[in-house]
Amino acid sequence: MSLNGTAAIVGAYEHPTRQADGLSVLRLHADVAKGALADAGLAKSDVDAYFCAGDAPGLGTTTVAEYLGLKLRHVDSTECGGSAPILHVAHAAAAIAAGRCNVALITLAGRPRAALAEAEARAAAAGGKPGRAPLALKPPDPDAPELAFELPYGPATQNLYAMVARRHMHEFGTTSEQLACIKVAASTHAQHNPNAMLRKLVTVEEVVNSPLVADPLHRLDCCVMSDGGGALIVARPEIARSLKRPLVMLRGSGEAPKHAMGGKIDLTYSAAAWSGPAAFAEAGITPAQIQYASLYDSFTITVLMQLEDLGFCRKGEGGRFVQDGNLIAGVGRLPFNTDGGGLCNNHPANRGGVTKVIEAVRQLRGEAHPAVQVKDCRWALASGIGGALASRHTAATLILERL
Amino acid sequence: MRTIPAPKVLPETLAWWQAADEGRLLVKRCRACGEHHHYPRDICPFCLSDATEWVEASGRATLYSYSTMGKGEAAWTLAYATLDEGPTLLTNIVDVDPATLAIGQRLRVVFRASDGGHAVPMFAPA
Repeated sequence: MSLNGTAAIVGAYEHPTRQADGLSVLRLHADVAKGALADAGLAKSDVDAYFCAGDAPGLGTTTVAEYLGLKLRHVDSTECGGSAPILHVAHAAAAIAAGRCNVALITLAGRPRAALAEAEARAAAAGGKPGRAPLALKPPDPDAPELAFELPYGPATQNLYAMVARRHMHEFGTTSEQLACIKVAASTHAQHNPNAMLRKLVTVEEVVNSPLVADPLHRLDCCVMSDGGGALIVARPEIARSLKRPLVMLRGSGEAPKHAMGGKIDLTYSAAAWSGPAAFAEAGITPAQIQYASLYDSFTITVLMQLEDLGFCRKGEGGRFVQDGNLIAGVGRLPFNTDGGGLCNNHPANRGGVTKVIEAVRQLRGEAHPAVQVKDCRWALASGIGGALASRHTAATLILERL
Repeated sequence: MRTIPAPKVLPETLAWWQAADEGRLLVKRCRACGEHHHYPRDICPFCLSDATEWVEASGRATLYSYSTMGKGEAAWTLAYATLDEGPTLLTNIVDVDPATLAIGQRLRVVFRASDGGHAVPMFAPA
């Protein structure tokens, strides 16, 4: 069954905080849920389905439903890391199409930054050394069969993505300067976002001269670490039409995991090479028709891989594609992450999926900052990579149309 | 030197780690479809046969990609090494200045002590 036209995104809200001192994780989920409902013009009692991923504490859907006092008839806690909320939009549409619900709430929220500050303060009070940033989504699970074959070698997110960048450079001649162009584009947009963590415009030279974190990736190739979150409301089209908001219709969706494939490792493509074509086929449009793209930007290389795998350019040509300001609104062929993205704005709970959808909705409604608003934006794409590009991850792709 | 965390070994792969303690690198092969795979499983990830067996690998491999993190003596190089038998393994490259590494170069297996656990296979330039 096609999900094209089965549901619309009627509410979207991004938490303004970037360091949630004194706010609990549940409070953040509640803040964004309230914000999205207010944005949609719907009441809590209208919500009959709820979606969350591994960032929600306790029993996930049950725990958040209890905190918010929701009465539900459909829940889904599909966990695939940072891409989860993008995939949840499609799952909500499927549930709506199947008659299981009418109005679905999706939330993502977390406070890794505040938690790190608290851990460091505790360690300092005890006379110890400050801890390392908790980048991992969850503590290692001793029953995970790959754990013994990976943890002794020190995989640390940054070096896993760096190996993808290294291989891309080897195969296709991609350069650090080309990757830096992605950060430059994000920082160009972030200047206009008062909530962005990094609002300063950076140059290619500043990126490639920033300290190496995991070679060949530099500090400015990495996303920020932030608190906060976001929420979305997905509704049946009849309900969406009754609301006083521009109509943002789901046209295409795709999801796919990619893993180590029994040792047949090929770092030259991501799972977006599978989720993307499925989404375009469902939408019945081509990449050339997309006017704005939210691309998951945990690292600059993540963006480059999606540009190729989603078909915005041919495999190996991502480095040339991102040059000459091609990702900058008002300048290039494909404006991306006009909120500043994970590279400059925020990456709440170490998961960037929900903010990708939120900025796509803003663009389609004409509610992005005027300096970065794409003129008459009708078609937008949101893409996520949850997990680690080099080992195992799940890609999710959404194609949205403003009616 | 970076402390190598002891691998948390499951019964399904104990033989691989016991071989590492003896300085031997094992790889799983499926008798039904002939494919080698890694990480090792009882059930072949290519054909789901349970007719998988341990075979001793040559210990020769090719560097697929790598990245160095950390500074000075604490630095370590994460890598993917493709065994001559086929599977690509996550590993570390040791006994080399990482600045001299190149994708495609030949490697040989070495073994390093972990922090109170089994020996851990790693690779060095051949």
